[in-house]
Amino acid sequence: MTDILNAIVALSNFVLIPGAAYGAQLALGALGVTLIYGILRFSNFAHGDTMAFGTMATILVTWGLQSMGISFGFLPTALIALPVGIAITGLLLLGTDRAVYRFYRKQKAAPVVLVIVSIGVMFVMNGLVRFIIGVGDVNFADGARFVINARQFREMTGLDEGLAIRSTTLITLITAAIAVALLFWFLNKTRTGKSMRAFSDNEDLALLSGINPERVVAVTWLIVAALATTAGVLYGLDKSFKAFTYFQLLLPIFAAAIVGGLGNPLGAIAGGFVIAFSEVLVTYAWKKVLEYLLPENLEPSSLVQLLSTDYKFAVSFAILIIVLLFKPTGLFKGQSV
Amino acid sequence: MTARGYLLYAGMALLIVLTGFVQGWNLALTILNMGLISAIMSLGVNLQWGFAGLFNVGVMGFVALGGLAAVLVSMPPVAEGWNAGGLRLLGALALGAAILVAAVQVWKRKIGGRMRALVMLALLIGGFFLFRASLDPAVNAIEAINPSLSGYLGGLGLPIIIAWPVGGLLAAGAAWIIGKAALGLRSDYLAIATLGIAEIVIAVLKNEDWLSRGVKNVVGLPRPVPYEVDLQRDPGFVEAAAGYGLDPVTASTLWVKILYSGLFAVVLIAILFLAQRALASPWGRMMRAIRDNEVAAAAMGKNVTARHLQVFILGSAVCGIAGAMMTTLDGQLTPGSYQPLRFTFLVWVMVIVGGSGNNYGAVLGGFLIWWLWVMVEPLGLWAMELITSGMSPDSWLRAHLTDSAAQMRLMTMGIILLAVLRFSPKGLMPER
Repeated sequence: MTDILNAIVALSNFVLIPGAAYGAQLALGALGVTLIYGILRFSNFAHGDTMAFGTMATILVTWGLQSMGISFGFLPTALIALPVGIAITGLLLLGTDRAVYRFYRKQKAAPVVLVIVSIGVMFVMNGLVRFIIGVGDVNFADGARFVINARQFREMTGLDEGLAIRSTTLITLITAAIAVALLFWFLNKTRTGKSMRAFSDNEDLALLSGINPERVVAVTWLIVAALATTAGVLYGLDKSFKAFTYFQLLLPIFAAAIVGGLGNPLGAIAGGFVIAFSEVLVTYAWKKVLEYLLPENLEPSSLVQLLSTDYKFAVSFAILIIVLLFKPTGLFKGQSV
Repeated sequence: MTARGYLLYAGMALLIVLTGFVQGWNLALTILNMGLISAIMSLGVNLQWGFAGLFNVGVMGFVALGGLAAVLVSMPPVAEGWNAGGLRLLGALALGAAILVAAVQVWKRKIGGRMRALVMLALLIGGFFLFRASLDPAVNAIEAINPSLSGYLGGLGLPIIIAWPVGGLLAAGAAWIIGKAALGLRSDYLAIATLGIAEIVIAVLKNEDWLSRGVKNVVGLPRPVPYEVDLQRDPGFVEAAAGYGLDPVTASTLWVKILYSGLFAVVLIAILFLAQRALASPWGRMMRAIRDNEVAAAAMGKNVTARHLQVFILGSAVCGIAGAMMTTLDGQLTPGSYQPLRFTFLVWVMVIVGGSGNNYGAVLGGFLIWWLWVMVEPLGLWAMELITSGMSPDSWLRAHLTDSAAQMRLMTMGIILLAVLRFSPKGLMPER
């Protein structure tokens, strides 16, 4: 019995909890991609760098607060800075839309042209982030490190395995849940949210019924700024901030959005968790869990790791290909242009 | 080529010559060599995007496969490695391939819906464990042999020039697999799929030490041109160098670079010639017809997906050739240095700025953007010094600005791309 409990604790500690946190971060990122796809109808390659920019803005504000001696108790100071970071990112995205995307929207350019344009925006944003904060690793998490650490847990339960819950994990899950709840409330209950969904479903009909497209687009960019900055800050708190890793998040985020069905917010959330859990499950070394579960003579001698951690991209990619081959519109019904 | 084209090419040549006069011929030749390689990559992407409208953002992966070919062809074989587990390893790889083929065959059978899926799944999962069980011991045995110096199987020990077409073949093979899966779906799905395959290729190069030593890098690849030291010892060469008023050291470095330029120029001209012929041929017209209106082309009886697969493989092969040439020029394979911004998206900037659909434009874009990529750093530093000259020498802002000048590159490339897309979307040399 204790063996099974130990196995469950080990599994939660190394797979379930980190997977859930990573899944929440991916889901927030994928929501941004999917919203842009639904409203503006292109795949935004600059999304990873939007996340990096938002995180950078939040870090700068955090530093400012810290130098003024303001902190948030056991919570990271970055959470106070987050709204300001979102506002700065929102301004940047609105500015980008004004200066860059609006021109192509007026022309009714093909989606692939907008994708290439977003590559240009990606270069500029990436350069901006590197220019302002540099390319090094920035660790900006402060406050309490653990809600409960492995030793406390062992003492509390008397099990051999410890369960460490990092405060950033808990904050990620709670913040993500709040953000998603707010988003769905906005999309389903408010007038603006409804007009956004109408615009996404049928642009012509929405225009006929007097919805102002520029307003819908502006609101979309603001929501995307909020989602991207939140996702970026949570990821940065959990790991650390580095401009290049955010660019690499683009692949799992896109995989999550496509697996869930591009343009479908519910799908993006499901896709985020599917991708995150499969990455963690496949790259986890199962030796410890199996030692608890299997009888002594069957215990594995190797690490029982299916793939080395560096192949986590391969996992998101494989899932993406499988879904594309068998269900091209994604798990939930997405749009197809 | 139009008069405008000749003028632009003359301007480009002038830029390189000016660089030679101002910053030294060594740098000018370095830029020229990488410019030639960039132009080939750019031709490859132009085949896919300009001819057929395929959105490939996995250039980096195909370039890296070319680099792998350079190692596999040119390095001497490591006999101890082969004895330790070479054949076992090849056997394991063959087994893995056989499992995949069997799974595909099962899937192609038209019988029994759910049963078929279950059999395929069981075959894949069981096959994976079988594959790992046979691969891992062989890999461990090979990597255990002298890991600091070799620890891999080595190559075939053939002249490195052979690696160039081989690199193209490797890239073509990868393109066939990815094209089979992702072509025929929506355009942005192909983009994501290629983005993914490029990351996977790099992950394989970084992790599979038995293949190309992973992040430990393979250095000292054989060269197709003489070594500088040998030239300096050659009395005939020293005499000839003295005739031009050059000391042997400078003359030998310049001469080696010129030889590389000659080799690369031959490849570039050959590929450019072929690409031009293809563009003017009925095949090229069909490609453009498919690009401009897929539905109409399909109605005329053209097999759109098959043609897309064909041009996707061709373009990726060209990128693979360029990748093998680049690794030859570097003399080493360093998987850590492959970054998507530099090897995928920069090539895209080259194609768009040069003029998509126009081969001469793509080549010009390759040279021009590469020149800018190298030059932005000194120019940026100079601009920053000009901007900050009014500030006090110890102000933090001044220090930060001059330190960050090196990061100007990406921003400049982005602004150039956005400006070209906005004000001259057909590029410097438009397609007719």
